[in-house]
Amino acid sequence: MEDTLLVDWSRAQFALTALYHWLFVPLTLGLSFIIAIMESIYVKTGNVVWKEITKFWMTLFAINFALGLATGIIMEFEFGTNWSNYSWIVGDIFGAPLAIEGLMAFFMESTFFAIMFFGWNKVSKKMHLLSTWLVAIGSNLSALWILVANGWMQHPVGMKFNVDTARFEMDSFWDVLFNPNAYSKFLHTIGSGYVMGALFVVGISAYYILKNKDVIKAKKSIVVGATFGLIASIFLILSGDESAHQVAQNQPAKLAAMEGLYDGHKRASIVAIGQLTPDKEIGDDKPEFVWSLEVPYALSLLGFHSVDAYVPGVNELVYGDEEEGIEPAKDKIAKGKIAIAALKNYKEAKRLKDEVSASEQLNIFRANEKYFGYGYLKDEKDIIPNVAISFYSFHIMVGLGSWFLVLFFFVLYFSMVNKLETQRVLLYSALYSIPLGYLAGEMGWIVAEVGRQPWAIQDMLPVGMATSQLSTGAVQVTFWMFAFIFTALLIAEIKIMFTQVKKGMEEH
Amino acid sequence: MFELLTYQQYWWFVVALLGGLFALMSFVQGGQTLLNTIAKGEDEKSIVIASLGRKWELTFTTLVMFGGALFAAFPLLYAVSFGGAYFVWMIILFCFIIQAVSYEYRLKPNNFLGQKTYEAFLYINGSLGVFLIGVALATFFTGGNFIKNEMNLSSWVVPSYGLEALLNPFNIALGLTLFFLSRVGAALYFINNIEHKDILSRTQRVLRVNASFFLLFFITTAILLLLMRGVGYNDGVFTVIEHKFLHNLLELPLLIVTLLAGVLTVLYAFYISMFKGSDKGIWFFGLGVVVTITTILSLLGFNNTAIYPSLADLQSSLSIENSSGSHYTLEVMSLVSLAIPFVLGYIYLVWRSMDKEKITADEVLSDSHHY
Repeated sequence: MEDTLLVDWSRAQFALTALYHWLFVPLTLGLSFIIAIMESIYVKTGNVVWKEITKFWMTLFAINFALGLATGIIMEFEFGTNWSNYSWIVGDIFGAPLAIEGLMAFFMESTFFAIMFFGWNKVSKKMHLLSTWLVAIGSNLSALWILVANGWMQHPVGMKFNVDTARFEMDSFWDVLFNPNAYSKFLHTIGSGYVMGALFVVGISAYYILKNKDVIKAKKSIVVGATFGLIASIFLILSGDESAHQVAQNQPAKLAAMEGLYDGHKRASIVAIGQLTPDKEIGDDKPEFVWSLEVPYALSLLGFHSVDAYVPGVNELVYGDEEEGIEPAKDKIAKGKIAIAALKNYKEAKRLKDEVSASEQLNIFRANEKYFGYGYLKDEKDIIPNVAISFYSFHIMVGLGSWFLVLFFFVLYFSMVNKLETQRVLLYSALYSIPLGYLAGEMGWIVAEVGRQPWAIQDMLPVGMATSQLSTGAVQVTFWMFAFIFTALLIAEIKIMFTQVKKGMEEH
Repeated sequence: MFELLTYQQYWWFVVALLGGLFALMSFVQGGQTLLNTIAKGEDEKSIVIASLGRKWELTFTTLVMFGGALFAAFPLLYAVSFGGAYFVWMIILFCFIIQAVSYEYRLKPNNFLGQKTYEAFLYINGSLGVFLIGVALATFFTGGNFIKNEMNLSSWVVPSYGLEALLNPFNIALGLTLFFLSRVGAALYFINNIEHKDILSRTQRVLRVNASFFLLFFITTAILLLLMRGVGYNDGVFTVIEHKFLHNLLELPLLIVTLLAGVLTVLYAFYISMFKGSDKGIWFFGLGVVVTITTILSLLGFNNTAIYPSLADLQSSLSIENSSGSHYTLEVMSLVSLAIPFVLGYIYLVWRSMDKEKITADEVLSDSHHY
């Protein structure tokens, strides 16, 4: 039986780990490539200044890298410790990408990391450069496999339910691997990492220019960072568009929540900016927004690539819309309960070796199998994620992503015309945009994961069914244990990072 | 391509091999516990830390890989053990979080917690972390307090969530064996990797003491293992069998050969390192450890043996047959596993290129990025 408090604490612990993890990983994804580019320039030109620049950014990279690894290992094992039902029910599909990540990506990253940091005098220049690139590729391959796994949670494909083992089993590795949802998520996620890496380089370089310290190296760094950032920002916007398109196709409740859309329309607009009506409830007559600025037709166009497309709102998804062929959630829940009962009866008939009954129950199960996960929901409104969190997170993320594009453009422009030192407002903006990059990344993951609720696996397995059967107290103990150590180590990282930056680029 | 059982056995072998590789790579953890014993003064500590610091991520990754392989190949074992023996695994994870940052942060200015705290973190990781991994692995032989229902969903029946394993002498003995094994491995690794007279002289002493303790606990573990009850199964029905692992050994002669070969190789490593002044002991020790641990873990996965007996409900016990991934998934993963030799190959080449010359004080102290 579902223990709501246990589920909430299990979710809180996983969210805590994931949010901390995402404070460190984006910088690893982006900065690793920027460093590889800088080292390539050094190897190509032989200019020792580029070697010093590379080593400086490498020092900051290393300070950040370890915490990404540490929080990553916790996430992998938390699937077992806190989501053991999940691990069994979908482990046959979900476990494979995680194992492949370890074999194909982690080993590459950790093996060549040793050369990247300690091999300057032990291997040739070209071997060192190759190692730096392999660390960057390894960290991005790691993201690929994780997002194949995460993409599958958002849009499960390539599997069937085995009634005898009572779990989902993979029947097409290629469908799982080439799940379009996984690729749109992968591209968008690494894009955000590249933007973060670029913001970091541009922001810290801007700090040096403002302080008139290490200006030559800072200006060289800023050109690489801003160029990389500008390209990454464009890529991020394009991949974000595809990601939203995938959400529209496969996760209509998430899309409705992201857009604060309660009543579905054809030719639906996008709210560029707005304030949700605070006490708005599903099914009531209150307006969706206190105020809003809308872009007409844009939601239909971006979500379904047609201005005439119908976009369902929260109300239609909960209460159904016969005209649009949307089934009420209440009916889905009822069918899900039939499926659950049939599965139980099937297992019992099998135990009693009553093959006739087993066959009948199996037929009932198969007829209602599609709604199996819905049977574990208590209320029809449970199918809708938290609208306010989804809406505001999504809009903050989009707003910040747009700002970064503008920022990189102007930083690069003034760098090219050699007037960057005079643009103090722009330089301060670049510096203070570093935390905004982290904020945007975290908001993105909140949209992705809060927007997926109540599902652990979209439409198949609600989070309430996925948890380990532990006492709430046990999870509370470990939550605070991790909250304490993650926070202490984050403070340590920030203090060390600030000290290293203040030392300047010369002493590395 | 092959029968399901063949894949299940293959994957248990892969898991056992990863367990063996982790046991070898735990020399990093062992070295962390020896830091203040073999290094006097900051410069010597930096040399030892530099030697370990270039390998710690490989150990970390091997542990992740072990978990990943278990998840993909035996999801029910992964779910039952991690979701049930919760506190044991959580403490292990905690020990690995604090390790990950300690190398990098230890000497960095303004590091918030201070050098001694990070060195304490390394010690905790090397001692408590390794000991508890040994205990957790030992429970695959001695069992856990779990039950599972007809939907294969499991729950733990005692509120200590795995900590009760510390009351079992076999679990303790295996934990201590792994702890001393890691310290012996570290001593042999330092002899091979560091060029520093004082450090090496202390390392030789450490090697003798820790090798004695290792042999003591290894022999204790082996005797307890061969005398203990195990759980076997036939047609899906589990029964308790006296001296199950002794039977397994006798009925699987190949394992007798590999066990003897592994143990003798480890003893040979001790001999050449302690009495012949050789610095090649780590290679023989490594080979012997991987073969021995792989053999011991293989005693679980073959001959109709439970890989995780349930102490609460015998029929809830897990075997490679009732806890594995599907035929299709195991087949796909088996194809992927063909990349393992390639991965091991580049690890070996990188390791060789980094370690072709021993670490010296000059090298470490002149490196701007030394730990």
